[in-house]
Amino acid sequence: MKAKNSTNYPDRILEMYKTMTLIRAFEEIAEEAFDAGLVNGSIHQYIGEEAIGTAVCANLKRSDYILSNHRGHGHAIAKGADPEAMMKELLGREGGTSGGKGGSMHIADFSVGMLGANGVLADGLTMGVGAAQALVLREENAIVAVFVGDGTTNRGPFYEALNWAMIYKLPILFVCENNTYASSTATQTVTAGPGPVARAEAFGMPAFDVDGNDVCAVDEIAGTLIEKIRNGHGPHFLHARTYRIKGHISRDKMLYRPEGETEAHLVNEPLLKCKDWMIKNGIKQKEIDDISSMAYEQIKEALEAAKNAPFPDKTLTYTDVQDLGNPYLGGSS
Amino acid sequence: MTNNKMTHASAVREGLAEEMRRDPLVWALGEDLSTAHGGTSADQYRGLIDEFGEKRIVNTPISENTIMGAAVGAAVAGTRPVADLRMADFAMCAVDELVNQAAKIRYMFGGQARVPLVVRQAIGVRKGGAAQHSQSTEAWYIHTPGLVVVAPATAADAKGLMKSAIRADDPVVYMEHKDLWMAEGEVSEDPEELVEIGKASIMKSGSDLTLVSWSKMALLSLEAAKILEVDNISVEVINLRSLWPWDKDLVYKSVSKTGRLLVAQESVQVAGFGAEISADVTENLNDQLKTHVRRIGAPRTPVPYAETMENEYRVTTERIIEKVKELMS
Ligand SMILES: Cc1ncc(C[n+]2csc(CCOP(=O)(O)OP(=O)(O)O)c2C)c(N)n1
Ligand SMILES: [Mg+2]
Repeated sequence: MKAKNSTNYPDRILEMYKTMTLIRAFEEIAEEAFDAGLVNGSIHQYIGEEAIGTAVCANLKRSDYILSNHRGHGHAIAKGADPEAMMKELLGREGGTSGGKGGSMHIADFSVGMLGANGVLADGLTMGVGAAQALVLREENAIVAVFVGDGTTNRGPFYEALNWAMIYKLPILFVCENNTYASSTATQTVTAGPGPVARAEAFGMPAFDVDGNDVCAVDEIAGTLIEKIRNGHGPHFLHARTYRIKGHISRDKMLYRPEGETEAHLVNEPLLKCKDWMIKNGIKQKEIDDISSMAYEQIKEALEAAKNAPFPDKTLTYTDVQDLGNPYLGGSS
Repeated sequence: MTNNKMTHASAVREGLAEEMRRDPLVWALGEDLSTAHGGTSADQYRGLIDEFGEKRIVNTPISENTIMGAAVGAAVAGTRPVADLRMADFAMCAVDELVNQAAKIRYMFGGQARVPLVVRQAIGVRKGGAAQHSQSTEAWYIHTPGLVVVAPATAADAKGLMKSAIRADDPVVYMEHKDLWMAEGEVSEDPEELVEIGKASIMKSGSDLTLVSWSKMALLSLEAAKILEVDNISVEVINLRSLWPWDKDLVYKSVSKTGRLLVAQESVQVAGFGAEISADVTENLNDQLKTHVRRIGAPRTPVPYAETMENEYRVTTERIIEKVKELMS
């Protein structure tokens, strides 16, 4: 793992390790909750990809925006959403980030600039363009980061968004999280050309490739690109190579995956890599273990709190639909 | 020929496979189709890639516009594509190709071309599916001139309608219910047993009230009718199967007999297909009606996630029973 030579760097890495561990704990405990029948819908886990969201968001301010996708738990935690409110959302309880209306694929926390996970692929890209236009119009010194999966780079709106962002030199960082799969399809089998970097470069957009499992490497490049974007140099593209360690959704048995493939990738997973670096750089094993146990403790408590939270009252079905008009049946009641 | 018990997913797969054997120009395209031996498409395409190869089971990139557009292009160019958009919610990404192209090409080009395609898009509330994975959009397409719309309720319907949809020369929107994919039913082995588009079926005959519905709601309606027998209310349950065209003859005949009509739909009630059926029956059979036509459907809200709200949103057997009793009193 590569890291900057700065003296305060170990602290920054510890901080990022903390976030990554919190995400990992959240995803593992969410799966347990799912298996126990506590989660109403399905969950897309971010396990193995934690370094990307963590390091990108470590370079963002609260006033910056992110737009996420269906695999959004990690992005939300990294941007500062409260894991307890998120767990309540997964369980469909009062106090959830969306009050129980949205569930796993619709986690958002506008108070920290997390403008939403999304159930429809690529819509975050075009909305990210709009959010950037708004920042320009409002003369805010803030930027937008949009997370997009490798498979989604084959949808048309991806190109529309990149082209548009480039024309108007919008303050956006596009982050492509290449975990090599799109559901049960190996993305390469349905994707032409040399890859996402070349696709972004075709629009004249500066595009960079990084080992997405190396939190320091992502931190360094994201920091540089975000700085440029803040200074008015327009959109940038970051392609982060990683691997989806779990199934597409938690109950996916991954029968389409070659035997041994997952195991081969486990040696490269970002938490392990980060731990190795910390040990080599003099951080005590106990300090690392403490971070981990605190994270799991925090998420276990979040799950307990979620389990104890009441279900939203059924009358809330009819709130927050729109200002005008009656949402009840046929408008009669 | 015997009947076999199988899931809807398998029934549709068999229907598709039979038609692919019958006509070498039938083919399927969609995301994750060739990895169906364990992918997210579960049983629907299992094994088809092995039998028919990559030219006829085309695993597509995540490119909804091109899946739909390619199906249209391939249909006018002499083949019979079955495009799978997975869910009605994602199919919205390609509404343009379906509504502006597939539905209108025959007409605006003065009958020079036909667009014999099937587009599969799943509807219905799936537990915890929430706002973007649980929508039922049949009314959008029934409203669109040029399109045929079908929505099976039983495994036999699922297979028979798929076969008819593939053989039809019109573009057919084939809407299957996510909750029914794994539901089992009796299905004929006869490759020539089709379900005619435009023909409804009577699931249970009755004399007091006609209950019209489709897709999963037809099964709930049947359940409600059986329970209502205890109260001596005799409900005739019509499973529409085909939404455009719909079987007016059968519905009129039934309503003429019972004098009462309730339409049950899972989708948003406002401006839904139930409104069309109600208006049509009211306009044409007013003198035969003993009481006002009624509808039951979802509120005009997005589909909520939490169990409590999702249950409030759903049209249930109990709510259908309540509505029938209201109509009978
Ligand atoms: C427009 C649209 N098409 C299809 C889907 C179904 N779907 C959800 S996730 C997914 C795969 C996405 O792959 P990728 O972009 O690589 O993201 P990853 O899941 O690997 O994080 C698919 C096909 C969807 N949600 N929206
Ligand atoms: Mg992917």
